[in-house]
Parts: sequence; C-alpha cells; structure tokens
Amino acid sequence: MSIEVQHINKTFGTFKALNDVSLNFPDGELVALLGPSGCGKTTLLRVIAGLEYADSGRILLDGIDATDKDVRQRRVGFVFQHYALFRHMTVFENIAFGLRVRPRGERPSEKEIRAKVTRLLDLVQLGWVANRFPSQLSGGQRQRIALARALAVEPRVLLLDEPFGALDAKVRKELRRWLRTLHDELHISSIFVTHDQEEALEVSDRIVLVNKGRIEQIGSPREIYDRPATSFAYSFIGAVNEFRGHVEGGYVRVGDEKLHFDGRDFKDGQQVIAFSRPHDTEIVSDDQSEDGVSARINRILGSGSVARVELVANGDAREGRKDFFEVEIPGAELQTLGLSTGQRVKLRGRRLSVFSDQNGNQTS
Amino acid sequence: MARNINKRVLPGFGLSLGFTLVYLSLIVLIPLSAVFFKTAGMTPAEFWAAVASPRVVASYKLTFGASLLAALINAVFGLLLAWGLTRYTFPGRKIVDALIDLPFALPTAVAGIALTAIYAKNGWIGGLLEPYGIQIAFGPPGVLVALTFIGLPFVVRTVQPVLEDLETEFEEAAASLGATRWQAFQRVVFPALFPALLTGFALAFARAVGEYGSVIFIAGNIPMVSEITPLIIITKLEQFDYRGATAVASVMLVISFVLLLIVNGLQAWTARRTGRTV
Repeated sequence: MSIEVQHINKTFGTFKALNDVSLNFPDGELVALLGPSGCGKTTLLRVIAGLEYADSGRILLDGIDATDKDVRQRRVGFVFQHYALFRHMTVFENIAFGLRVRPRGERPSEKEIRAKVTRLLDLVQLGWVANRFPSQLSGGQRQRIALARALAVEPRVLLLDEPFGALDAKVRKELRRWLRTLHDELHISSIFVTHDQEEALEVSDRIVLVNKGRIEQIGSPREIYDRPATSFAYSFIGAVNEFRGHVEGGYVRVGDEKLHFDGRDFKDGQQVIAFSRPHDTEIVSDDQSEDGVSARINRILGSGSVARVELVANGDAREGRKDFFEVEIPGAELQTLGLSTGQRVKLRGRRLSVFSDQNGNQTS
Repeated sequence: MARNINKRVLPGFGLSLGFTLVYLSLIVLIPLSAVFFKTAGMTPAEFWAAVASPRVVASYKLTFGASLLAALINAVFGLLLAWGLTRYTFPGRKIVDALIDLPFALPTAVAGIALTAIYAKNGWIGGLLEPYGIQIAFGPPGVLVALTFIGLPFVVRTVQPVLEDLETEFEEAAASLGATRWQAFQRVVFPALFPALLTGFALAFARAVGEYGSVIFIAGNIPMVSEITPLIIITKLEQFDYRGATAVASVMLVISFVLLLIVNGLQAWTARRTGRTV
C-alpha cells in the first residue's frame, strides 16, 4: 500500500516535533526513518499509524484520506520497541488476539485461527514456543512474536518503532537480516524507525533522513552514503572527518592552514564545513607540505588489508576544528609511508565535500 | 557436599525467618490463640449454644454478607476511581487523591456519626430517599453503607500503582490489532489489574468483617435484623460472658481465615494461569 504524508505539523507544548513534513512511501518497499534521538521520526511513525494525531496536514493511505481515521480503521500493523506483548496471554493467544477481537460476523472459526497462528509461528521460526508466556522468551524471540502478532491481522502496511532498539548487538544483527529476508518474502510495505545508521543502510530499500522535525534527504542507502545532500546528512551517516573554516580562492582555510578544493560554488570569505570520509582522506607524511591540515598520529589499528589510523588535531584544539580524525588506508600503503605513533603529518581530502556553514561553529 | 547445598546466595535466611516467626507470633498468633484457649474451656454443648443461637447466626449472615457486598462494590468503584485518578489530569486531582485516604484516618466512630446524620430520615440523603420508602440508616442498608465507606481506600490504593505502571503501549497495541476500547480494557487492561484488584478486595473485605465503630451508630442494632457479629461479642463481654464472646470470635476468625485463604488461592491460580510466578 502506498502512503502519502502531506504537510504534517505536530507540536508537543512548545516543542515542534514535526515541521511541515511531506513524504511519499511507494508500495512494497522497506523504508527506514533515520535520525538522531528526538528528531521526530517516532512521532511521524505514530502519526502514520493513527496513534497520534497531527496538528495539521493529511495522511493518505492508498490514495484515500485517512487523516481522521483511528488506528483500528487504518489497518496498519505496529511493532513496538519494547514489544508490548500481552503478558497474561500465551504466545499463541497473543498472535490470535487480532483475530479474536473481530466482530462476530468476520471472526474466523477456531480451526482457522489455529491454522493461521501456526502458519505465522512457522514464519517467524518459533513454532515450539506457542504455549509459553512472553516472560519465558528472550528479547529477540519476543520481537519476532510481536511481528507475527502484527502480521496476523493482515495489515496493509507494517510500521516498526525501533524494533531492534532493546536487543543486544549480536541478536540485533541477526534479526535485521531476518527482517530483510521476511520482507523479500512478503513484500508488505514497511516503515521502520531507527537511530542506527548502520541498520538503516543494511536493511532498507530507501532511507528517509530526519533531523529536527524536518526531512533532510530521501534516497537509497547508496545515494545517502555516497551523495549526502546536506552537512547534517554527511556527518550523520558513516564515519567522517570534519574541517571548518572559510573559503579563500581555491582553498578552505582552516586556521593557518588550507585544504585544496574545487570552490566554484562558493564566494570568498564564506564560512564552510568540509567533509571527507576516512577512506577518502590522505595522510601526507611531510608535515611541511603546503596543502593539508596538520595532525598527530594517536593510534594505528588493524594489520589486515585496511589499517585505521586515528589522529588528533595538532597542538591545542584551535577554534573551529574537530579534535579527532580517522583515516583508512591500505595496509601496504601504511608500510610505504612508514607511519608511527606520535608522528606529525598532514591530512588532505581526496574528495572533499564542502557545505556552507550557516550556523557558524555550531555542530549539527 | 552437603555443606554447599544449604548455602544460599543471599545471607541471613535463618535470621530473617526466625525474626519473622517470632514477630508474627508475638503480634498475631499468641493473642489469637488466646481466643481459642479461652473457648476450649467450654463443653461442646455450651459452645454450640453460644455460636449457633438464631440471633448469632443472623449476625454472621449480616456481617459476612454485607462485608462481601461492600468489598464487591468497592472493587467496582475503587477501580473506576483509580482509573480516573491515573489516566486523566483534571483540576483538583491531588485533592481527590488525598480524600481517598480519609476513611483510613478518620476515627470510625466519627465516620459512623457522620454517615448516620446524612442517611437518617432527617439527613440530607436520607431525607431525599424517605418519600420513596427507602430507609438506609438503622437497618441492614446502613451497615452496607458504613462498610463500603471504610473499605474504599484499600481497593484504590492497591490498584492505583499497578495502573500507573501499566503502559499505554498495551492499549495501543490492542487498538492497532483492531480491538475496541472495551475489548482492550476487558482483554488486556483488566487481566493485568486483576491480581491487584483481588488483593484490594480481600483487604476491604477483611477490614469490613472486623469493623465495629462506624457500624453500630448507623445500624440500629435490631436483633435478628441489623446486629453485626462484633456487636454480639461486645454484648457478651458486657454481660461478663467471656467464654461466649471468645467462642463467637473464634467462629468469626475461622470463617475469615477460610475466606481469605480462598482469595489467596484464587490469586495463585490466576498467577499460574497467566504465566506469572507466584
């Protein structure tokens, strides 16, 4: 089912949780709503579900206005971060709940309910826990049951609120791979909220990046990673080195030093932030070089094909500079450069992305 | 290694069990057993005459019947009150919350006098009901009113914290699965509250059975009609019939104990049925 969100605004007291959000979720995709804590992503999900009502704006489900419909009428499956399984019911009864509460005329027979619940339990690979209570299951199992329960009512869309947020790292990784496989099997339109960029990049077809109640960027994981549209997108997704300064000719001037870049789009004197991914950052062992920002090697990690070098800004942490840098270089290059801990070097960006910095020195 | 088997993770088991038993004996068991020892001096015929005379039997019916009914009323309305206090914010909520505890704090005689004043024929409420031929004070309905009054806080105060802890997430989950408000309450919220409600019910009931002060003012104390068992005991004491008094008291104790045991059993049964460990 397609979901259309039009000009949604929502405030809690004086806090603006959603600020004129408009979005289109195409049919059958697994979409991630990604953003830092408190950015409004969960609110957006709850507004789509009908658990929260927007102050203004419209929600269209399958092209039909559902703004005033409540959660029961919208036929959406909702999975909560803390599972919200009914503690006094067995796993079986939890999954059967949505079928049992149907009006008498539409309620399936006991036999049909049994067959359906069994099928769903098999789908989530937990057939053997049917008669247990939620308190007897592990976190990962509970979340799978919560998912089966949501699927039992044949929702038109599946909404997941930080579904793996309460799980430990290993289970989390397993479960998100499993979710991806499940989605490929069922092709039900799904939206999941996460603050974990790795999770969003790995699982979703499309990422909606949210910040401060606004949408920063929409795109496939590749697009978001390779071509961040804003400085927020750049710094939020993936590891990144950040240089702040102002434009001067073909350079970004950072303190006394400068970084070369193709500065056609910028005026001289404009405040900018330059970003460079760790694998696109070069280390120049000659610290007298004209071009580059000086730093001192703090640690060298990894001895495999790729080595990670952690550096700190040279000397005092001058204003407008992030203190830590991270560079990934091939192990072979590490040998040739002959780098060692404590050494003073210069950093250069191979592919420097520069954004104008309207907020001065404020980090976003 | 026999030594290791008896080792527990938390130290002090022996000490705490010993303390519990001694304390419970001093405060509860020894005074109560005195009742039975005193009674034991009677012959079976005397005992039977004391505890099974028609007037005493009528008082059992009234005391236990009215107490059960009052506890039931409190369970229903206490639940409603707890719901209103936890789920909604309204002006004066804190004051209402404090009012709930008043029946705890008020000397029961004061409660009895106040209730009598209001429910008597010339009282505010009594006066309103009088034209319809309904008489509350000086009859069994008065007993029920007094017992309901003193039992209310028990249900509210046991249900309230559970309701506060019950996240709205469960109701949201039920609604997203298509349940109506009523179905969500009946199938999700109520089962979660039930053990607390049962505890509140048991406490309110136990309190009502033992209540004396507030009831004697409003009951009218007509033998065979509105005389409660505690009053019978007092009457016997005043006539220096100590054995008769303890005999009736011991019957009361046994019935109360059995009823509370049943409530506890019910609680354990629901806990097992819903996967909670007792």
